[in-house]
Amino acid sequence: MSTQEPFTIEQFYKYMLQGKLMAGKCTRCGKIHLPPRPLCDNCFSQEFEWIPVSGKGKLLTFSVIHVAPQQFQAMAPYAVGIIKLENGLKIPGMIAGVTQEQLKIGMALTIDFGTCNTTQQWPQWPRYCFKPA
Amino acid sequence: MNLHRVLDICRGVAGLNGKPLVSIVSAGLSKFGKNEGLYARELFAEAVKEAFDRCPRLDPKRDVKAMFVGHMGESYEHQGHTASTVADWTGLLNIPATRTEAACASSGAALRSGIYAVLSGLADIVLVGGVEKMTHRSTAEVTEYLAMASDYPFEQWHGITFPGLYALMATAHMHKYGTTETQMAQVAVKNHYHGSLNPKAHMQKEITLEKALASRLIASPLKLYDCSLITDGASCVIITKPELAGKFTDQPVHIVGSGQASDTIGLYERKSLTSLLSAKLAAKTAYTMAAVKPEDVNVAEIHDCFTIAEIIAYEDLDFCPAGKGGKLMESGETKLGERIPVNTSGGLKAKGHPVGATGTGQAYEIYLQLTGQADQRQVKDAKVGLTHNVGGSGATAAVHIYRSDQ
Repeated sequence: MSTQEPFTIEQFYKYMLQGKLMAGKCTRCGKIHLPPRPLCDNCFSQEFEWIPVSGKGKLLTFSVIHVAPQQFQAMAPYAVGIIKLENGLKIPGMIAGVTQEQLKIGMALTIDFGTCNTTQQWPQWPRYCFKPA
Repeated sequence: MNLHRVLDICRGVAGLNGKPLVSIVSAGLSKFGKNEGLYARELFAEAVKEAFDRCPRLDPKRDVKAMFVGHMGESYEHQGHTASTVADWTGLLNIPATRTEAACASSGAALRSGIYAVLSGLADIVLVGGVEKMTHRSTAEVTEYLAMASDYPFEQWHGITFPGLYALMATAHMHKYGTTETQMAQVAVKNHYHGSLNPKAHMQKEITLEKALASRLIASPLKLYDCSLITDGASCVIITKPELAGKFTDQPVHIVGSGQASDTIGLYERKSLTSLLSAKLAAKTAYTMAAVKPEDVNVAEIHDCFTIAEIIAYEDLDFCPAGKGGKLMESGETKLGERIPVNTSGGLKAKGHPVGATGTGQAYEIYLQLTGQADQRQVKDAKVGLTHNVGGSGATAAVHIYRSDQ
């Protein structure tokens, strides 16, 4: 595991090019940060290691967005949610390939890389979304 | 922040035991609505003029020593540096003028900052207010600007809008507690009724439950009538040391409790998706400082940016137990004339939500209520009032408690 890469949001998204969901683990207190942070909010350490995180999880809550900002208007309506991953951490994201009726709290989802890459005005970093497992 | 930290904060303020922190001697509010052809600074002047006119014993140039102005977005008018701009446009140069930004809680934070200033002794009379000019922008633009109050790389990038965040809370609340779309629509019906009694409200027409439930989806389950309005407006209150208040008015309104708290910018990082920890902390602090219990509150202005937000706020403010907010709405007890009228102004839902102006706009309504000047929407014998102002999806909350002398 590389420890050279900076523990930044940009690096978190760069790992997605390699199809990896990665988190920063504080080597002092063990707290796992998703997304990574430069300063542990638990013990104020700046020492971390990158760890892989399972992209499988369960849907905690959801909404279908009908009125979208300009960057996403072409995609509307689209589903979004908050997903609780297998390690207990939570992450928000779009949910692809589902209708309002198919969305259920507790449904199994898995991460998908390199999709939802639609915005023009914002940084062209790789993205992720979720799809039914 | 854990519970111990909260209790520490409360211990620090409990000694105040209901003693006034500051006193409001005047207040002003522009007409809320679609104010075409007016800049934010011009709206602010309208609010300030009312506050000066209400308080003839105040000499603004001599007496006002500082101002704090809540304003969320430079994008609307391509104008930052708001506080000095409005100090100039209200004849208050060259006092120190500072902008506070905490999304939709920007002027709740301005009020809190004004209290810090008065209590510090550095300024004995302070004008606090807020302003936003929004309606000249398209809905897509406003949707984008409001989303700036949320997490950029994890919420905005993934198309999660501001209504979307409250929709995520609504879905979770419905699932956990059985809250219904009808109960949410009842919040809208109530607040539009109150708005119909407020000549300064953006919307002054009553709506039916059927109309609210049949309105188009914005972010499911939230529909158009679950969402507050895109509005232009400005508001202000003038605060001073309690011992000076009598010099300016015979009817001061005392602020006896002030709580403000922060939470994660990302909704996804929170332990609970069905309550706002920041609001609970701010409320606990304010209640403790004021030595006031939730059941003592006679009238409250609550941050109903979305109907679900008012239901969650009932619970966060301990007006009812967790999970019972929908039932409290259904009971009718929060309507004018009932046990605890909430959002007599019409709230963000019907009075409107010019985001920077909302916090002190709430304080304006409580000032009117506690001085018996709320006309058709007057709450009988109102002595204790409360305001609850939330920024974004809850990364900021400010709660204030007010008491009249009568």
